[in-house]
Formats: sequence, structure tokens, C-alpha cells
Amino acid sequence: MTLDARIPSGPIQEAWDKACFDMKLVNPSNKRKHNIIVVGSGLAGGSAAASLGELGYNVKCFCFQDTPRRAHSIAAQGGINAAKNYANDSDSIFRLFYDTIKGGDFRAREGNVYRLAQNSNKIIDQCIAQGVPFAREYSGSLSNRTFGGAQVSRTFYARGQTGQQLLLGAYQALERQIHAGSVTMIPRTEMQDLIVVDGQARGIVARNLLTGEFSVHIADAVILASGGYANVYYLTTNAKGSNATAIWRAYKRGALFANPCFTQIHPTCIPVSGEYQSKLTLMSESLRNDGRIWVPKKKGDKRPPNEIPEDERDYYLERRYPSFGNLVPRDVASRNAKALCDEGYGVGKSGLGVYLDFSESIARLGEKTIRERYGNLFDMYQRITDENPYKVPMRIYPAIHYVMGGLWVDYQLQSTIPGLFVLGEANFSDHGANRLGASALMQGLSDGYFIIPNTVGNYLATNKFPKVDESNPAVQEALTSVKTKIEKLLSIKGKRTVDSFHRELGKILWDYCGMARTAQGLELAIGKIRALREEYWRNVTVAGSSNDLNESLEKASRVADYFELAELLCIDARDRNESCGGHFREEYQTADGEAQRDDEHYSYVAAWGYKGPDAAPELTKEPLEFHYVHPSQRSYK
Amino acid sequence: MCRFATQNRVEELENGSSHTLRSTFPDTTTGEQLMATAQVMPHQTDPVTFWQSSNGKKVVMAVTGAMMFAFICGHMLGNLQMYEAPEHINAYGHFLHNLGELLWIERGVFLLAIALHILAAVQLALRSQVARPIGYSRSQMINSTYASRTMYWSGPIVLAFIIFHLLQFTAGYIHPHAQFVAGDVYNNVVSGFQVWWVSAWYIFAICLLGLHLSHGLWSMFQSVGLAHPRLSPLLRKAAVAIATLIVLGYISIPISVLLGFIK
Amino acid sequence: MKLTLKIWRQKSSNEKGAFVSYPMDNVDPEMSMLECLDVLNETLILSGEIPVAFEHDCREGICGSCGFVINGVAHGPERGTTACQLTMRHFKDGDEVTIEPWRAEAFPLIKDLVVNRRALDHIIEAGGYISVSTGQAPGGNDILVGKESAEESMDAAACIGCGACVAACPNASAALFTGAKITHLGTLPQGEPERERRALSMVAQMNAEAFGNCTSIGECTGACPKEIPLDVIANMNRDYICASFKRREELPTPVAPAVQRA
Repeated sequence: MTLDARIPSGPIQEAWDKACFDMKLVNPSNKRKHNIIVVGSGLAGGSAAASLGELGYNVKCFCFQDTPRRAHSIAAQGGINAAKNYANDSDSIFRLFYDTIKGGDFRAREGNVYRLAQNSNKIIDQCIAQGVPFAREYSGSLSNRTFGGAQVSRTFYARGQTGQQLLLGAYQALERQIHAGSVTMIPRTEMQDLIVVDGQARGIVARNLLTGEFSVHIADAVILASGGYANVYYLTTNAKGSNATAIWRAYKRGALFANPCFTQIHPTCIPVSGEYQSKLTLMSESLRNDGRIWVPKKKGDKRPPNEIPEDERDYYLERRYPSFGNLVPRDVASRNAKALCDEGYGVGKSGLGVYLDFSESIARLGEKTIRERYGNLFDMYQRITDENPYKVPMRIYPAIHYVMGGLWVDYQLQSTIPGLFVLGEANFSDHGANRLGASALMQGLSDGYFIIPNTVGNYLATNKFPKVDESNPAVQEALTSVKTKIEKLLSIKGKRTVDSFHRELGKILWDYCGMARTAQGLELAIGKIRALREEYWRNVTVAGSSNDLNESLEKASRVADYFELAELLCIDARDRNESCGGHFREEYQTADGEAQRDDEHYSYVAAWGYKGPDAAPELTKEPLEFHYVHPSQRSYK
Repeated sequence: MCRFATQNRVEELENGSSHTLRSTFPDTTTGEQLMATAQVMPHQTDPVTFWQSSNGKKVVMAVTGAMMFAFICGHMLGNLQMYEAPEHINAYGHFLHNLGELLWIERGVFLLAIALHILAAVQLALRSQVARPIGYSRSQMINSTYASRTMYWSGPIVLAFIIFHLLQFTAGYIHPHAQFVAGDVYNNVVSGFQVWWVSAWYIFAICLLGLHLSHGLWSMFQSVGLAHPRLSPLLRKAAVAIATLIVLGYISIPISVLLGFIK
Repeated sequence: MKLTLKIWRQKSSNEKGAFVSYPMDNVDPEMSMLECLDVLNETLILSGEIPVAFEHDCREGICGSCGFVINGVAHGPERGTTACQLTMRHFKDGDEVTIEPWRAEAFPLIKDLVVNRRALDHIIEAGGYISVSTGQAPGGNDILVGKESAEESMDAAACIGCGACVAACPNASAALFTGAKITHLGTLPQGEPERERRALSMVAQMNAEAFGNCTSIGECTGACPKEIPLDVIANMNRDYICASFKRREELPTPVAPAVQRA
């Protein structure tokens, strides 16, 4: 199988315009005859559903939460990048493009990333028009700040709640379309399977989480915007409900899964406090703008931080990366923190933490300024830890936060199944092996507001859609398979809870496929995952029944998918014999411990295809070509 | 009553009814209604809609409340003439009684205000009661005043008092242990308040009125949409201060009578 | 730490509910309220019982999913904190903690602590937006927004839609929720053209739903995890009054409420 990314030829600056011009259009009066399903209501799904509704398509939007406004995009804190160059600091579309390609360690597609940088400016305009209260200067103009991994000030923000505000913008646009009748919102309903008829994605099977009823929804195109699969690690910064079921079922129906091993660890999370811990709390990495990260110079130094004199502190990021200092990209910051903790320099009760110290900026800028910038984050930290970060340095530790991998899509955001489009974190497209801060919001909205409304139209205008109804064998097959799975889970009645399995699975992944990986460890992990999966299908216990609200069952179904996904993740990590971005293989590092890429052999997108329940997945490579940014060793020194 | 826009909705899902959402999309040939923007209803007279909304009723309560507050202030100033020679207040009473039609217009306006205030309050109270059919087993208030939570109690008690008060001092129907003399305001007051329970009832009711005012005086601004980040907190304090002054002004009279300062 | 959780259990809206007490022996003070329920649920599942249903998602106080009344206070005793971020150190050894769902006619109970909050979506649907379609936006800095306006708008925009205001209000009123959105959008120049129409539509929908009315008690703002000020309600009233006294060709029709008023 060869993968055609359908990137337009010609200069990259004109590629998207050219692509748009080449697209076939759907006659306005015919738009309402086309039914489109959107799964997910976050930044990508919400914006897509709203924009498609505005165009006049007949849209059904699904979310598993009680309302579309709860999607996990809401938790993004720091901001959203745009190449507006309002700060007059030599920013440009090209520089945002360049930074994103480089930040992604040269594992992203140039064409997609350039388009993302182009759209970034339109996103800001759109969101402001919707009423997103971005931070302003006294003059009334937009305020910007710097953000991890960038040397220009291009991040737009709304306090520490940027994701919330952008999502509310999309949610409100969506509600407007719901009111207009062009979008039908179906909350508390989870996609269980994809319906593929004659090679085309033609609908989904969904389960109502309140009644347990299965329903079939037929459409001309299916858009997945169901977010990332980070929760496979159990302890992550993702919402508890975030799951991989939608994309995993699509994978099993034939969509290729790209770069599953590219996972991102966020450096500034609140450390774990106990066994019962259900999730990790992230604090915006904007904190690194004014906070300085350090550990004691002496191993196992248990003195309170304020009693450790200045010359006994190791500001290791500033020491090792003088030009970027505390603002090095996430993967670098995370890896350094882990390495030091592993060596015994860690702080806090568990020894898994480093200090993030604001005393210097408070002395320089005053507590008021710091409060203005990070007040809500400081409050949150204090609520959780009972420590006052204005007085005592914060303790932080890295945590799984985001996945760059996802379903493979071409330039039109279409997966390998015609009619199945994938947006936002659910696809693999724009961040390569590592995502820069404040870029996820940008990608979700670029996909939803500005790309999919064009590309879906092209697909609808160039394809035929024979009538499909519920009696179609493909529909019946999908319906039966999901029903069987649910019944099976309920019938096992074993001795272990779903969470205990999930926690153990997460621990395996974190230990062997977390921040640092080895071929040997991954091999071990694959074995352990298989054994655990086998036990799961034998020994899990699910409470309750399938005909009312049953979270235990919802989780059981999701975790069943995680086992399979975890295995693919490890296989991909084992297969990629290089270190790049978030994927760090200990065997491949430079003399001073930096990631060592292998462009000669691994400059490709690894797209995996499902071959059956016990068969090894098949790897298809999409070679990456770099015409504008020449791959170089990333250096933040 | 309201009519509602008819749309393709999925509320049934959440309300647990047996409606199954197993359909594919609505038939595109009848998809017209999906595209139509929200239906509009024929132009209604605005005052009706306004009154029907809970916000509108609150505005009515605020305005009528403000009118009654003005009356309460005027009435108190009149009452304070008790501290002067009897002729003063008797002359004042005489003056008021001889206003003729004006008096009846004034009475009519206030009766209407009171009626509207009560009507809106009753309707809103019923609405609120329906809004929480099942209460909490444990309920702890963390951010409200006693006054604000007891408006529905203080109001009716004050109303009962007003009726009693009118029967006693205006009509003279109830005047225990003494003879009501039409026109002799001063002595009616003194003889009325010399009965300890009349005074006690009066003081109790006025305190409730004060409580009612301490919230109402501030809340009325909120209801008519006047709020200011810095002035609103001041206003809350001012409401309490004014209510206290009013209470003191009123109850000083029965106390003075009981203590023998006014004879 | 030992605690007794007294939790409202109700299988569905059609069945009767009751409190059930669950003694907990090993409560870590660092745990969040929801983690405490997780631990309880794990033991319930292992003993073959039905776990307590409660809503949760982000567990960092922003998605608005979680929320129940803890010891008589919506989201529990700590101000400006959602149930998911409430740590158990706020309770004392031996305490009995009463947990019950949001109680309001407009929020019908689904199961245990889970209620249906679609009525809040309806209020937004009625007009809680700026009617701009994708692609119609002017440049970001074309319309300047004063810093104070942006901040005031942001204060109101912080609402997470959890419904604690309704739960805490003795009248079960949604005025704070509605006022917050009206203030968020109305304070910005972008929201100005639709300001009055928005107030009319949203207030009409709010009144069509089974919410009570505002009597300025202030419990809502005390329970609000984002501490949205009571001023937003005055803003709503002002916009609504101004809008009501203008001649209008048409009035927006509310959609059918989540719960039909009795």
C-alpha cells in the first residue's frame, strides 16, 4: 500500500489556496441533502460542526458528556499561537511554520504545518469576533506572551483559561446552529463503531450512555474529532472520560494509525501524592516564563527549599541550555527532570519532583504582577497541595499530556477510508514527534473552522452515495459486534475492577514506554500487555447492567481498546530505532544525552494497518520530504 | 402561554423516555424545517411579556417597593412630630385628612403599589417553590443575609401589621383599653402605645420591616439593573444603615410612650 | 482518617431514593472528594454492589461536569472550588459527610448524584453567542477592547456551567448563569449589536425553563467555583429592561424546556 498525502505541488505559500481552488463545490441548495456526522464536540469537533452547519449541511454532532461544552479542550490553559507579529519581534508565518517543524523534530509534513501557520491568524480573528475575551493591553490591542519552545511573543491568551474561552466560542457557535436547526446535538452518546459500506465511511453505531440503547446513524461523511489516546497511560492530565474508542474502532475498520509512539510528556504537573490518585493536574507551561526550575545540588537533600542557599541550588535548565534556559521545549524539560529525579536529586516526599521557583520574579516584578499572570494557577496549586507558591517553590513533575500520533490523514484530513475525516488531536498530522506549547488549540481550530469545511465539500461533490439503510449487512455486522462486546464484558464477572487493570496497564506503559524507552524494555512491555489483556478478558468485573447509566461498563469498554492500542504503541516505539521529540530511545542519544535522530532511515510517518485480532499490524511508510526547512539536530543550548 | 419552536430535538434521550434515536437523518425531502431559523412568534404587547417574565415582576416589585419606601420615610417624619407639642401632629393629621381627592388618589396609588408588590411576590414565591420540589436534607447558607432569605416571611407579617395598624390608628376600629378619638392623633398614639402588647407588636413588626428594607433597599437596584463593582457593596451597607435609622425612628415612639417620655 | 459518607442513592428518576451511609476507614487527606468516591466505588464493585454514579471529567475544576451538595453546600465547604478539587483535608477524622445531588425541578435526576442540566444549554442556545459565521471576522486588532472591559468580560466568561448557582439558590434560579453569559458578551464591543436581542431571548428561555426567580440572595455567587459576581444579574436585568422598552418586529421563541413546568 502506498500512501498519497495529496499535497498540492508548487510553492508551499500558495499550496492551500491552490488546493481550495481545485476543490469541487457542492451546490448551496444541495448542501442540506448531505448528512455529516461529527464525533466529538471539542475545539476541532465543535468548530467543524458549527462551520458545516453554517454552510448548510445537515450535521449530527455526538459527545459522550452531558453537553458539548465539557469537551476536554476546555482544560487547555496557556494560550494559542498565531503569526500576527504584533510584538514586532520578527515573527512571521514562515517562522511559526519553521518553529513547528523544528519543534516537532522534523517528523511532520511541511505542507500541513505551513497551512496551520497560515490559518493561525484567521483563528485569532474568528475567535475575537465570537467574543473570546483575550487579554488586552491598556491601549485596547491584543496582548501576547512567550511560551515554551519559542523565542518570539506570539501566544494569545485569556488568563489561564484560554482553552475554555476558545471552546466556549466554538460551543456557542455550535449552539447557534443547533438553534437554527442545522446541527442536531446528541449528547451522552458514545460512538462504538464505524460503518464502512463498499469502502466508504457511511455512518456510526453509537450507544446511549443513559439507556444503553444502540443506534445506527447513516451519513455521507463521518468526521472524528474525538481527541487523543493519552489516557492509555492511566495517570495523565487528560480528562477521565477522554478515550480512544472512536479512533480505535476506525483503525480496526481499516484506517491507518500513524506514529502511535509519539506521546508528549508535559513538564509542569503537580506530582503524584498517593496510590488512589486518579489523574494528574497540569499547570500551564507559561509558568516557566517567570519561574526558575531547580533541584538541590546535593543528592537526597531533604531541607525545606527556602533553607537551601542559592549556591547549593542547581538551575539545571539554565545551566545546560543557556540560550533557551527554562523555556526549552517540553520533551527536553521533561526528560531532564526525570533524569535528575532518577539520579536521586528529586524533591518532595516521593522524590519525584523538581522545584519551580518564583521568588526571583516576585522580587523583580512584585507579587501583584505575578498574581495577574498566574493567579488562578497558583490558587489551583494551593488548593491541591496546601502550599502557598508565593512563599514556597512549587513542586512539579512531568506527566503524559498529549499524543502527537493518531489516525493517518492526508492533506485534506481524510483518513485511508474515504469519507472518514479526522481532526484535532485524533489525527497525527501537524506536530511531528513533539508539539510546541499553544499549538494544540491552533490545530484543532484550524482543522475545524478552516480546513474541513472545504475538504468535506470536495469529497461530497466528487463521490456518489448509494442509499444505505439499517438492513445493510455492514450495518448489521457493526451493530452485532458492539453488542457482543458489551455483553461479553458484563458476563465475565471476574475478581478485578476495570480501574485496577487500567492502572496496571498505565504503569507498564509509563515504565517502559514513557519518557525513555529501550528495545528490550519495549519487548518486555509487549509481553506484559498481552498477558494483562488475556487476564482482563478472563478476570475483569463490571458492575451493573447495560441498560442504564453505568460508568463501570463505559470504562470497561474503553480499557478493552486500550490494551490493543498499548500494544501498537509499544510496537511502533520498538520499530522506530531513533530518538526524536517525545520518543526517546536510550540507545540513541548524543554524548551529552540529547535525542539522536536518524534521518536517513526514519524520516517517515509510520502508518500501521490492522490485520486481525492476533496478527501483527502492517507498517506502511509515508516518506517525509523537507524542501523549506532543512533537518538539523535540534539544539536549544 | 409560551409556544415553543418546533425542532428536531433529542431531549427525550435525557429524560429517560423510551424514544429511540435509531433513525438515520430526517428525510432530506422534508428537511426544510431543519434549515429554517428559529420560528418567531407574533408581536406581543411588550408590557404583557414583561410582566410575565420573572425579571419583569422583580422590576415591578422594585418600583413599588421604592414607592412604599418613600411613604415609609414620609410617615416616619410625620410621626416624629410626636416629640413636639400635641397640636403639631394633630394639625398635621388634620391637614392630611383635608387633602380631599388628593388623599384618595394617594391612597389609591399606594393600594395599587401594595397590591402589585404582593401579587408579584406571591407569583414569584410560587414559581420558586415549584422550582425546588425536593429540598436538601442538610442546607447550609454561606453567602447570604438572614434578611434576604426571609423576605417571604417578613413581608406577610408586615402586611398583617399594616392592616392592624390602619384599623387601630386610621379607622379606630381596634383600640384596646382606650377610647379612639377621631382627630386627636397625639392622644390616640399615647393611649394606644401605653398598652404593652400593642407596643411590642408594633416594635416587632417594625423590626421585621427594617429587616425587609435592609435587603429590599439594596435588591431593588439589582432588579432594575443598577450595579457597580465599587458602589454596590457600599449600597448594601447603606441599605442596612437606612433600614436601621428607620427602625429606630419608628420604635422610638412606643418606647418613649412606655418609658413615659411622651405622655 | 475515618469518615462516613452519607450518599443519596436513587436508581432512576422513577424510583424512590434514600441516603445510604458508607463508612470509610482509610481516607488520605490529600485525596480529592472524587477520588474518595472512586475508592468507595472500587470496594462496592468488588463486593458486587452498584457503584455510586456521579459526574466527572477533567478533575481540574474547569469542565463543569462534577458537582453535588456536600454537607449542605454546593461543591463543599471550600470557596471557589469544585468538588473535584476539594481535598479531604477539609474534613476532620470521624466526620459524617452528606452528599446529595443538585436539587432543582429544572435539573431532573438521572441516577444517584447525576442530574440532567440541558436547561442550561437551552439558555445558551437561545442567544448566548455572537452571530458570526466562520470567515466573517474582521482583523483581531480592528476593534479595540479596553483592558478593563476585557477583564470584566473575562470575569463573567469564567463560568463553567456546572449548575452550582442553581443548586445553591434557595429559589433554584439560573440568574447567575444567564447573567454571566449576557455580561461576558455584552461587555465586549463585538457583542454590542446583539446585546438587547440576546438579553430578550436568553431571559425568555430562562423563564421558560423550570427555574425559580432571583431575589438577590447571593448564595449563587458564594457557591460559584469561579466566584462570578452578583453584578452580572443586574447587567442582565438592565439589558432586559432596556430591550423590553423598544419596539421589536419579532420576539424569539423559546425552545421547549428541558422540563415542562407543572
